[in-house]
Amino acid sequence: MSATIAAPRAPGRGRLLDPALLLGVAVVGLLLGASLFTGVYDIFGQDDGAQMFAITRIPRTIGLVLAGAAMAMSGLVMQLLTQNRFVEPTTTGTTEWAGLGLLVVMILAPQASILTKMTGAVVAAFVGTMVFFLFLRRVSLRSSLIVPIIGIMLGAVVGSLSTFLAVKTNMLQSLGVWFAGSFTSVLRGQYELLWIVALVGVAVFVVADRFTVAGLGEEIATTVGLHYGRIVLLGTALIAVATGVVTVVVGNLPFLGLIVPNIVSLIRGDDLRSNLPWVCLLGVGIVTVCDLVGRTIIMPFEVPVSLILGVVGAVVFVALLLRRRRHG
Amino acid sequence: MAELTAAPAPSGHPAPAGTAPASGTAPAPGTAPPSGTAPAAGARSDAPSRRRAGSGALPTPRARRRFALVLGSLIVLSLAFGLGYLALDNPMPFGSEGFWIIAKLRVTTLVVMVLVAFCQALGTVAFQTVTNNRIITPSIMGFESLYRAIQTTAVYVLGVAGLTALQGTTQFVLQIAAMMALSALLYGWLLSGRSANMQVMLLVGIVIGGGLGAVSTFMQRLLTPSEFDVLAARLFGSVSNADVDQLPIAIPLVVLAGTVLLLRSRRLNVVALGKEQATNLGIDHRRETILVLLLVSLLMAVSTAMIGPMTFFGFLVATLAYQAAGTHDHRLVLPVAFLTAFVVLSGAYFVMKHVFYAQGYVSIIIELIGGSIFLAVILRKGRL
Amino acid sequence: MITLRTVSKQYSSEVRIGPVDLEIPAGGVTALVGPNGAGKSTLLTMIGRLLGLDEGTIEVAGMDVSTTRSKDLAKVLSILRQENHVVTRLTVRQLVGFGRFPHSQGRLTAADEERISEAIDFLHLGELEGRYLDELSGGQRQRAYVAMVLAQDTEYVLLDEPLNNLDMKHSVHMMRHLRRAAEELGRTIVIVLHDINFAGRYADRICAVQGGRVLEHGPSAQIMTSEVLTRVFDTPVQVIDGPDGPLAVYY
Repeated sequence: MSATIAAPRAPGRGRLLDPALLLGVAVVGLLLGASLFTGVYDIFGQDDGAQMFAITRIPRTIGLVLAGAAMAMSGLVMQLLTQNRFVEPTTTGTTEWAGLGLLVVMILAPQASILTKMTGAVVAAFVGTMVFFLFLRRVSLRSSLIVPIIGIMLGAVVGSLSTFLAVKTNMLQSLGVWFAGSFTSVLRGQYELLWIVALVGVAVFVVADRFTVAGLGEEIATTVGLHYGRIVLLGTALIAVATGVVTVVVGNLPFLGLIVPNIVSLIRGDDLRSNLPWVCLLGVGIVTVCDLVGRTIIMPFEVPVSLILGVVGAVVFVALLLRRRRHG
Repeated sequence: MAELTAAPAPSGHPAPAGTAPASGTAPAPGTAPPSGTAPAAGARSDAPSRRRAGSGALPTPRARRRFALVLGSLIVLSLAFGLGYLALDNPMPFGSEGFWIIAKLRVTTLVVMVLVAFCQALGTVAFQTVTNNRIITPSIMGFESLYRAIQTTAVYVLGVAGLTALQGTTQFVLQIAAMMALSALLYGWLLSGRSANMQVMLLVGIVIGGGLGAVSTFMQRLLTPSEFDVLAARLFGSVSNADVDQLPIAIPLVVLAGTVLLLRSRRLNVVALGKEQATNLGIDHRRETILVLLLVSLLMAVSTAMIGPMTFFGFLVATLAYQAAGTHDHRLVLPVAFLTAFVVLSGAYFVMKHVFYAQGYVSIIIELIGGSIFLAVILRKGRL
Repeated sequence: MITLRTVSKQYSSEVRIGPVDLEIPAGGVTALVGPNGAGKSTLLTMIGRLLGLDEGTIEVAGMDVSTTRSKDLAKVLSILRQENHVVTRLTVRQLVGFGRFPHSQGRLTAADEERISEAIDFLHLGELEGRYLDELSGGQRQRAYVAMVLAQDTEYVLLDEPLNNLDMKHSVHMMRHLRRAAEELGRTIVIVLHDINFAGRYADRICAVQGGRVLEHGPSAQIMTSEVLTRVFDTPVQVIDGPDGPLAVYY
């Protein structure tokens, strides 16, 4: 299992704040600034410019920060818990489960509030992630690459169930629209629930070290006095909340959780605690860049960020795979 | 019926006992007596060393009887569903001109089912063998994403007319060629060279499929609802998507690929032992793998271009076939898988048409059952 | 005879093999020994053409393993690796039957069946031949694999740590079986061993590998000395006279 994540080097724990990180923050800050001032509507020329700015641009930018950081951290937590570098919500079916939960709520209660929809998505994402973890625990794997293959197939199964329900209820095209992640609809009054994922982020920071230990396996975790089952459950719950909320408010952000932690550990090695801020930062940065590209390439129209992420993410994923292949 | 069941056994499908020469005097198929030349293994531990179970596919008389029974039932069921589909509920009176026209249409559908069953069954079993993994299916390797992308692009660019533009035989050949080119590129790139790795190849295929999927989804968003409705019909596997003009092209391709696979089934048995064992036994593993994968691509490409995506049908059928056949030998598993596929497909159409009057949902139902079985299989303890 | 000429291979960033020049004569049992990561298994795998070389040539019975057709090699040379996973559900006898593939291409004749029975009896697997591999213990499965490579009926048999899953009793039995195969069936057996005392007791020749190179190669008696073993394993080893010949003590 050469794709497993090495335990953090004990003495080499980096300082949380170093000049490079500050520089990173500055760069991402600039990107976010660009996001605030990019758009068709001329916020300086028009009378209601300030109002539009508050209704659309600020929420959208906050949405980018929250969703980008949350999905990148979900990917990291999943990779820690499974000790597999190629695992994240899109390669384990978690996103598809969240979509299924959302769809079921929409069918049963078309007038449901956004909070109800979110609960449906979160519960389904939790169930799906547990199914996947259960699978990992019951099967002895010869290769770490089998894991994402099975995960993607699992996602396809759930996806086909969603499709079936959508066809029966004539919602196929809307399903596609929800599922394509896009920040277009992140407006004041509709996005506030996204703040929930900020809590997830804080929780991950607090318990990050335990996830690393749990990732070493049930026996080692128990040896050092941790309750393995509880940590896995907690991790799953955090992933489910992040994925569910982001899926409902923004949509699917494919591969983000996969490419961000991998790039960070390629550059910085595997020291979890000092990597966490970088994972958040890079997650936000990549989502923002993709969103900016999506907003500008066919102005005045928008390309959903999930399309750009899907294509960019696929390319990076393939590059990571090939890199790993070359290094045995 | 009894004559019909017996007829195909010696010709099309290798008979069980003929392939299991316990001691050179194996009994003829169907007659397989439990006593005599081939006593049951383990029946008597003091049996002299000459009187022991064979090393063939079905070592014991019990296994042979079981296999014969399975094969027989599958043939009977295939014929029943096939004939039932042709004859039942024909609105025109028997013997009238209209009766024959409808029957003829149904024959076409039936031929399509046979082709699809053949493609998916052989394709999936062979794919699982060369990838050494019993729970994956070749459909995830990007064929379907490519198909969806092609169909969506056509509608996106040309509107509803786009679909009719895709219907001709030239376009059919081009679609198959595009899918073959994609897979040949993938295998040539990732399975040759010093660091060839099957699983990397699989994942890259899946991820490329995912990227194509994202592009299709985006284009689908921009379609008008009426255009989307037309497209949606093509995005689900359905035998009614097939065109009678495609058959003269599809049949020879499928027969060719299927024959080559069946002829190589003894080698497939060895490939199933894994790369190192196969090499030890003198198989050129890489060459064999690439050849089989190309044949699989051809089968999957024909099936997908003809009727559209069927993601879990192959998985369902292969899993059932291994359970039913009770042997590792591809000479027996492949025909059983084909028959199983046909029974499942024609049975599903028969039941949905005559019992539930909901023919349009067949592929979705098959997908759901296949998907559930997939879930059940991965949650069972095992080793991958 | 197995001949390696200036063989080298960059196996991973840490392990580098060669250049190795080595001649293993036909007949008898040759043991490859050495510390972990020395490259014993890599060498064996390269001789068995499961792994390509970067430089040099390897010949087995005069056939260059990198250019000879795999099919022809399979009649002269068989190799069994440590880890053997088979997805297929096979009985012991069916597995052993695959050993005949190079000769029969899957069409088993009465003569093939005879060979299969012999190989099964040779490893005392008669009682188990109808059992499925996944029903067996690790040691029994290991014997089944060895029976398969014996049924392959090749002059050269390469085995990578065949004692790995075996307890004391079965290790001794396995080594006796292999010894018998060398003596009675005239096979040339090359075997990677972890336990130097098994090598000293059962092998005719020992080839000591260290750091990707062959350090010593000669008759067992010549290698089983305190001086040589201390050098090979880079830890103090004392060779004393045991009841069945020299015995290495290193505790």
